[in-house]
Amino acid sequence: MTRYILQRLGYMLITMFLIATFTFFLMKLLPGSPLAAADKLSEEQQAIVLEKYGLNDPVPVQYFNYMVNLAQGDLGISFQFDNREVTTIILDRIGPSMQLGFQAMVIGTILGMLLGLVSAIYHNGFLDYSSTFLAVVGQSIPSFVFAGILQYYVGVRLGWFPVALWEGWEYTVLPTISLAIFPIAIAARFMRTEMLEVLGSDYITTARAKGVNKFGVVFKHGLRNALIPLITVLGPLAIGLMTGTLVIENIFAVPGIGEQFVKAINTNDFPIIMGTTLLIAFLFIFIVLVIDLLYGVIDPRIRLAEGE
Amino acid sequence: MEKLLDVKNLHVSFDTYGGEVQAVRGVNFDVKKGETLAIVGESGSGKSVTTKALMQLIPMPPGRIKEGEILFEGKDLAKLSEKEMQKIRGKDISMIFQDPMTSLNPTMKVGNQIMEGLIKHQKMNKTQARKRVVELLELVGIPDPESRMKQYPHQFSGGMRQRVVVAIALACNPKLLIADEPTTALDVTIQAQILELMKDIQKKTDSGIIFITHDLGVVANVADRVAVMYAGKIVEVGTVDDIFYNPKHPYTWGLLGSMPSLDSQDAELYAIPGSPPDLLNPPKGDAFAARNEYAMQIDLEQEPPMFKVSDTHYAATWLLHENAPNVEPPEAVKARMKGMATNASSDTEGERV
Amino acid sequence: MDNYKPQKELFVPVERNEGESEKISRPSLSFWQDSFIRFRKNIGAMLGVFVLIVLIVMAIFGPMFNEYGENDQDLSVAKMPPKIEGLGWIGMDGTLTTVQTADTLEDAERKALMRFSNQEEFIDMTVLSNGANGEAEVRAVYDPYAAKGLEENFWFGTDGLGRDLWTRTWLGTRISLFIAFLAAAIDLVIGVAYGGISAYYGGRVDNYMQRIIEILVGIPNLVVVILMILILDPGILSIVIALTITGWISMARIVRGQILKLKNQEFVLASRTLGAPDNRILRRHLVPNVLGLIIINTMFTIPSAIFFEAFLSFIGLGLPTPTASLGTLIDDGFSSIQIYPHILLFPAIVISLIMIAFNIVADGLRDAFDPKMRE
Repeated sequence: MTRYILQRLGYMLITMFLIATFTFFLMKLLPGSPLAAADKLSEEQQAIVLEKYGLNDPVPVQYFNYMVNLAQGDLGISFQFDNREVTTIILDRIGPSMQLGFQAMVIGTILGMLLGLVSAIYHNGFLDYSSTFLAVVGQSIPSFVFAGILQYYVGVRLGWFPVALWEGWEYTVLPTISLAIFPIAIAARFMRTEMLEVLGSDYITTARAKGVNKFGVVFKHGLRNALIPLITVLGPLAIGLMTGTLVIENIFAVPGIGEQFVKAINTNDFPIIMGTTLLIAFLFIFIVLVIDLLYGVIDPRIRLAEGE
Repeated sequence: MEKLLDVKNLHVSFDTYGGEVQAVRGVNFDVKKGETLAIVGESGSGKSVTTKALMQLIPMPPGRIKEGEILFEGKDLAKLSEKEMQKIRGKDISMIFQDPMTSLNPTMKVGNQIMEGLIKHQKMNKTQARKRVVELLELVGIPDPESRMKQYPHQFSGGMRQRVVVAIALACNPKLLIADEPTTALDVTIQAQILELMKDIQKKTDSGIIFITHDLGVVANVADRVAVMYAGKIVEVGTVDDIFYNPKHPYTWGLLGSMPSLDSQDAELYAIPGSPPDLLNPPKGDAFAARNEYAMQIDLEQEPPMFKVSDTHYAATWLLHENAPNVEPPEAVKARMKGMATNASSDTEGERV
Repeated sequence: MDNYKPQKELFVPVERNEGESEKISRPSLSFWQDSFIRFRKNIGAMLGVFVLIVLIVMAIFGPMFNEYGENDQDLSVAKMPPKIEGLGWIGMDGTLTTVQTADTLEDAERKALMRFSNQEEFIDMTVLSNGANGEAEVRAVYDPYAAKGLEENFWFGTDGLGRDLWTRTWLGTRISLFIAFLAAAIDLVIGVAYGGISAYYGGRVDNYMQRIIEILVGIPNLVVVILMILILDPGILSIVIALTITGWISMARIVRGQILKLKNQEFVLASRTLGAPDNRILRRHLVPNVLGLIIINTMFTIPSAIFFEAFLSFIGLGLPTPTASLGTLIDDGFSSIQIYPHILLFPAIVISLIMIAFNIVADGLRDAFDPKMRE
């Protein structure tokens, strides 16, 4: 098991290295520079700025410095916010993004699983059809459209929750719901399919033949077996949430990484774009790893096979 | 001997998109205490559905018990609610399934799977239940039960898993045990062990057994009586001797004829042509007529009733009618019967019941 | 029945036709016929197909229904509410409504009038609460069509620059669908070719091709798409390239996996043993089994491409102004959502309908192609 984790961590480093390299050279191809924002500088001033960002060095040297800094967690200095390090900016803003993502993930998967369970238990009944329909709608409608609906009807018309900013838990309600819709829908559909498959399997008949009641069949025998495949969708869900936060934070003016990222795109602040991109890539790879390891914890077949 | 189970005119149907599939179409049989009844027939003849319906284990919907009575110790199981049925399943009637690879929950320890029924039906606490599990595992011949009960099913071999399945079924000393092809998925040597195990246990507990199989070799080994099913009906029923030495229904002839045996190497196997009818639209008359080389005009028009051959032996074929021509079983079957028969009677005409 | 005596003459053997017992009683259907029948029975999926057809027809012909051009700006008719004759009852009556509260009735009324630039004769004021308890509330309904003396109606209203939203919504739908179809088609070609070659040649070729895929899969496509858009000039083609640069991978994996699985399956082996030539195996066994998956996967790619286009517009990497796409229109709509929600409404409805319809149709196809579902 330890060997497996180490091996996976090794692959993770290689992928990160490739992505960082790729990102660096792509950025070099881009026309932007810190000077784009301040074109009224004199020649000397320009030289100073270039020197400050290390842009006078030959590209290989820049690449080497960049990689060394990266290894130390230093993502460089922002073009826009004078003298502010990208790492600091990201750390300042990661809180709200993490909180939103976490809330949406937890609420989304739990609600989704419940919805899927109800569907499976009342298979082909009214509850099943309505929750399946809701799930298809929830999966299809983009989160920003939901955000718009919530912002206008719940925020503006009903005035139940604030429509923007980040000053307390009530400010997290609308963005969290907007983000949670997608995980709810995906988890519900997946849970339904898996649970139906599990409920149709032989060992469930065995359990019923023992006299186990419906509740016991679903929760004691079914749930754990249905959860194992559900883990596979957690990865795509988490990634979907990252994509979602980029837009949702903008709509609700949440001071998170996504909002900063869009600002950076609009102002050609490449160090921030690069830093955020690397962060997203890192989280993505990290989540995939965690999920693979989670498998082992839940499924005794894998856990024991690895242990032996 | 008293009847443990008495099934009367059982009809089971499945409502599908295509229409009503009549999987079981009026089945009558009974099982006595300490007796083993084998139900034989090819795939799709309704043997599994019949027994699953006894325990209300068929998926409902689409399945439903259309009519008939299932009298278990005088109580009609067909009329019980799901709740009441849960008190009977695993306690009075339990079931052994075909495939040990899939019939155990992969994420639950073996001991817990056996314990479940004990805690539910016998109100045992964990310690008592654990003790009983050890006994059961010993009974079914699993060595080192103390540590084995803490393992997961994937750590057991196929034969060992089937022993666990048997242990689950026996946990509460059921009065009736239904074994749905319990040895089909196993190696021949393991098959014999499991069969011996079941016979041993029956001797100890005096429970009734319904044994479903399509393997006539197994039937000869374990059964007291045999019911032959075809297209959702029992076409012939009798003691093992009746069925093996004096079969009356042409379908039974076919089944016996298609069974290879060591002492008939030179004889050709007798194959039944064709395939079973579509139970979505069961044919008029005798369902077997289309595949029966002895079919008569009446077979195409009217369903044959059960004719009595002897006190223990009944068959549903017009060939037993007084007006029917005298038909001999095919040579291959006769040779096989001769090989086995010593004392079989050879009446060709039966008495209608 | 027990007492019924059958007639003696019925007890005569009948000649059975050879082969009659082998008769299959249900009609035999090809894979595609069978799938089609099952698909047609799926009401949801048929509804999805209908919605898609309507939307595609509107995307093609919708902009021709009136004479406003895509980029005809007229600030005098900016932000007009939607108005369709006869559809007033669902709110498309061409009026704007506001509810204003203030300490006194006069203040509330003044606020309401200001909100609609004081054109009193076209404002219909209703007092909801007269301010006796310290808070006054009025509702004002304003008819800008009357105020501006317009004869013509803007069916979906106009945006902040006075451009007709009906025209722009359908043109935007056209662009979004175009991007999605193009991206899906490119994914299909590359993915099928890559997966097919990998599975067909097998061995070392397959090995190398799979290593490449493994590396690419490790890179989140969000990152790739954003980086690609940054280095390419914004435009339809850049978006398509960005979407397809990693988009083909899932198709390649599906095709390869399915072909490898089929190659080793008993029925293919059986067919080969019986002497079927390669192209028959390809035609009768591989293509039907792979094609279903390819179609389904493509049907899921299209809505995800539409989503990504809108997403990119949203984070400022979408199509340059003034091109309309569903993404840019929705992005636009958000800037005035609190006062003029109609600017967001129609593109949002269209994108939601497209996404739902594609997903339902894809689900329906998946069920239809799945032989396990056969009853």
